[in-house]
Amino acid sequence: MRSYVPNTEKERLEMLAEIGMKSMDDLFSDIPADLKLDRELDLPAPLSEAELRDLLHAYTVMNEEGGPLFRGAGAYRHYIPSVVPQLAMRSEFYTAYTPYQAEMSQGMLQSLFEYQTVICTLTGLDAANASVYDGATAAAEAMLMLRDNKRRKKILYSAGLNPDVIAVMKTYAHCAELELVEIPLTDKGVTDVSAVAANMEGAAGVIAANPNYYGCIEPMEEIAAAAHEGKGLLAAYVNPITLGALKRPGDYGADIAIGEGQPLGLPLAYGGPYVGFMAATKKLMRNLPGRIAGETRDAEGNRVFVLTLQAREQHIRREMASSNICSNQMLCAIMASMYCCVMGPNGMREVAAQNIAKAHLLAKKLCEIDGVSLRYPETPFFNEFVIDVKNAEAVNTALADYSITGGLILPDGGMLWCATEMNSAEEFDYVCDIVRDALEDMGGED
Amino acid sequence: MVPNDRKYTRDHEWVMVEGSVAKMGITAHAAEALGDIVYVELPVVDDEVTMGESYCVVESVKASSSVFSAVTGKVVEINEELDGAPEKLNEDAFENFIAAVEFTEIADDLMDAEEYEKFCEEE
Amino acid sequence: MRSEYKLIFERSHEGRRAYDLPECDAPDAMNEIPEELRASAPLALPELAEVDLVRHYTNLSRRNFGVDNGFYPLGSCTMKYNPKINEELAPLFDDVHPLMDPEMSQGCLALMKDMEDMLCEICGMDAFTLQPAAGAHGELTGLMHIRAYHEHRGDFDRKVMIVPDAAHGTNPASASMAGFKVKEIKSAPDGGVDLDALRAAVGPDTAGLMLTNPSTLGLFERNIKEIAEIVHEAGGLLYYDGANLNAIMGVVRPGDMGFDVMHINLHKTFSTPHGGGGPGSGPVGVKKHLIPFMPVPRIEENSDGMYYLDYDRPDSFGKIKSFYGNFGVIVKAFCYIRSLGGKGLKEASQNAVLNANYVMNKLRGIYEIPHDRTCMHECVVTPTEEMMENDVHTSDIAKALIDRGYHPPTIYFPLIVHEAMMIEPTETESRETLDEFVEAMRGIAEQVKTDAAAIHAAPVTTPVGRPDEVTAARKPIVKYEG
Repeated sequence: MRSYVPNTEKERLEMLAEIGMKSMDDLFSDIPADLKLDRELDLPAPLSEAELRDLLHAYTVMNEEGGPLFRGAGAYRHYIPSVVPQLAMRSEFYTAYTPYQAEMSQGMLQSLFEYQTVICTLTGLDAANASVYDGATAAAEAMLMLRDNKRRKKILYSAGLNPDVIAVMKTYAHCAELELVEIPLTDKGVTDVSAVAANMEGAAGVIAANPNYYGCIEPMEEIAAAAHEGKGLLAAYVNPITLGALKRPGDYGADIAIGEGQPLGLPLAYGGPYVGFMAATKKLMRNLPGRIAGETRDAEGNRVFVLTLQAREQHIRREMASSNICSNQMLCAIMASMYCCVMGPNGMREVAAQNIAKAHLLAKKLCEIDGVSLRYPETPFFNEFVIDVKNAEAVNTALADYSITGGLILPDGGMLWCATEMNSAEEFDYVCDIVRDALEDMGGED
Repeated sequence: MVPNDRKYTRDHEWVMVEGSVAKMGITAHAAEALGDIVYVELPVVDDEVTMGESYCVVESVKASSSVFSAVTGKVVEINEELDGAPEKLNEDAFENFIAAVEFTEIADDLMDAEEYEKFCEEE
Repeated sequence: MRSEYKLIFERSHEGRRAYDLPECDAPDAMNEIPEELRASAPLALPELAEVDLVRHYTNLSRRNFGVDNGFYPLGSCTMKYNPKINEELAPLFDDVHPLMDPEMSQGCLALMKDMEDMLCEICGMDAFTLQPAAGAHGELTGLMHIRAYHEHRGDFDRKVMIVPDAAHGTNPASASMAGFKVKEIKSAPDGGVDLDALRAAVGPDTAGLMLTNPSTLGLFERNIKEIAEIVHEAGGLLYYDGANLNAIMGVVRPGDMGFDVMHINLHKTFSTPHGGGGPGSGPVGVKKHLIPFMPVPRIEENSDGMYYLDYDRPDSFGKIKSFYGNFGVIVKAFCYIRSLGGKGLKEASQNAVLNANYVMNKLRGIYEIPHDRTCMHECVVTPTEEMMENDVHTSDIAKALIDRGYHPPTIYFPLIVHEAMMIEPTETESRETLDEFVEAMRGIAEQVKTDAAAIHAAPVTTPVGRPDEVTAARKPIVKYEG
């Protein structure tokens, strides 16, 4: 049987004897006897390493991944340079705990400081935290930042946010007794700026996504102006991979930038672990939740990195802390930082440009099919777009027969398609043929 | 030395009344107990404060401490210098007020300097 | 020994590159995006060759310390060995998109369902959700169940969450975030819950009690049955903070102790690596009466034996995270449980407790043991009076341990013990490692008598000395300014 306990039976008995005990049971004498489990845990029998490997492979064959993928909607397949996972697997990093002991944790603390700098660079803002769980919880935390900074309980959010993000915000808002007001989208698929302006009275700010869930690039500058005009703040929820090509939150006046960092070098992994990033202006730095690394010196004057501004956090403020976050997604954050440093300024621009190019080609080809049309033809998009099609279910069923994952079917029957640098033009022709056939077959059935 | 131009609370805050306005701060004893003060979370002008309730948080590296108001009223002035230089509270806690409040009610159990010194000794 | 290390930004050379993308086979479409929406300048990221980047991070990692480097007795954090096979198997699922149709992701759903079932058995609960991303996220999620339960009954006045003063800081912080008012109760002299204080604290406003058992002192709460009775009779629910679950696997189960809802830290008890502070995973288990309120989606099985994600749960309090949790972490913990089985888990807990008692016994007489009775998986010790007279404090002992090659224990926690050092050896440490650690602790105690100055100067073997934390906090520099 597998055991990670190094001590042999003989050693254990000697250790027991040394502390004056006869058996392992003696160690648990504080536990009331009638509460104790009087049987072995009823779990599957232990497996050897080889058997475990077989078992996990058995689960994987129940999946059908690996075929062409045209789905994003919050999780994106991008190329992950080999160095990113390999460096993250340095066991000095991944088997470490939170860097509370700075002198023996400079590797992690400096990596974190570099991550914070990368996030500030991407977002054009002044300060970033060490990450939160994911994009959705980053949005929920941003809501609390808006509340704390403005001391108002009304928060506006754009209907263009990912529905999962909205759902998580609502759960947190119920607990915090916040008033959430949804700002609708116009018929062009972007946030109705006049509705932002009309609702700002008494609001702490607005949270809007760019690009939004439907792929549309938002008029963020106008949304920021409306928020500021109404004495509130803007928290921009951004896809970081777009920032090699699109304006940064800081460029259009956002006070907070948040988002899902998964596109930066993290695998799809069925939804996690990912990384929620958060950045803010200097004025809002102390409202950021969770850990932050800072630069200082030791007695000899060497540059040292250390966790700082800790008195904001739960282990010190306890019930007065604005967030309860302790463990975050540190290793994922470091991977995102490594990814950005591998790509550099030119790589970030090129990957963004490729996404734009591929998505536009795919959109063009799909819309050449009879019965397929772009829902927001006048609105610019990045790597996702919505099409309207007669029977989305039939399209995806036909694609699934070829192990292709088509666009995500929206509740209103539209399809949200995504193309990244991982999709080839050749794939597009192939996919379009299948879609065309599926729709023609259906046409015959009408 | 505890100045005798003002009154003191049992939570180691001082309050100096000038007409209808009360200037408030923390005592040197409190500042010393906190250690190196790294941040003062100041109230905002026009904030309503309530006697016995927290109106400010003072942070050291490894602790945060609420500062309680000796009066009920509205904040009319804050010491913005503390925002960039929280160490002033360590240097001279009595010279550096935190906030001034136009008050309607003031605690009736405040101590004078002599009583406060005795209180600190006994504590 | 001392050395500064350049930031990656300081290693940048214009024109160098480590990235490599295929030629784009689609026509450039940048002009489809109006110029006013586009970035005006390239991002100020570093430019490095791959070899430079690899050396940067490899050498950075050498300025860090993980469980693979050495003994890491960080109390309350359960820094046990992280099995390598689990790291190898988790990436098998890397290419599964979370929004793939359930027919195409049956393997992931099945694995999660099987994991939920195993956690139910280990903890004596009726249902588990794997969605919370960390322990504190689990606490918040668990407390949302309590809130939803009371609200569903129309009991809107139950707004007070009782938290012992020995609790982790996350407990009161999570309670606040869940919208409760926190009522702290003082611990009894033996470190346990003071039953009289608890009786005085409960009432018609009580929503529940959060309890860590074994406590943060590493002691089992002997009055747990009475505690459960007091809280339940007052109409409150009992929350179990699973931070210390590593002490009791296969011995006693939170569900059998009377807890209604709990979280587990998979990154503690079930050996998934901490990653320098995350990702973790904080599954939440509940008893039957709380199942209707669980977060969406739930994994269900239809009549054809196919798993699906059920969002149609009218009493659910909602969603707490994107997708379904830190799946990759869940896979590693799943592998750990399947490797050990029921007997192996119990063996792990027994040896964790044995190791803690072994260390505590050997430190007796060298350090103070404020609560000297059989401990569970961790023990709390403090400096002797003589050390304190020499101005040697817990933080100094921690730094002196670093020079001796150890990660220090958790220090200054729990708050109810002055100058606490909380030592959790875990079961994956050998007797000689424990012996050597005790010798190091003894060496420090002796050095206090002969050369206290050396201890105040520690650590001297690390690349940097003690940081000036006051300046770091007063004048925060949180990014590289070039």
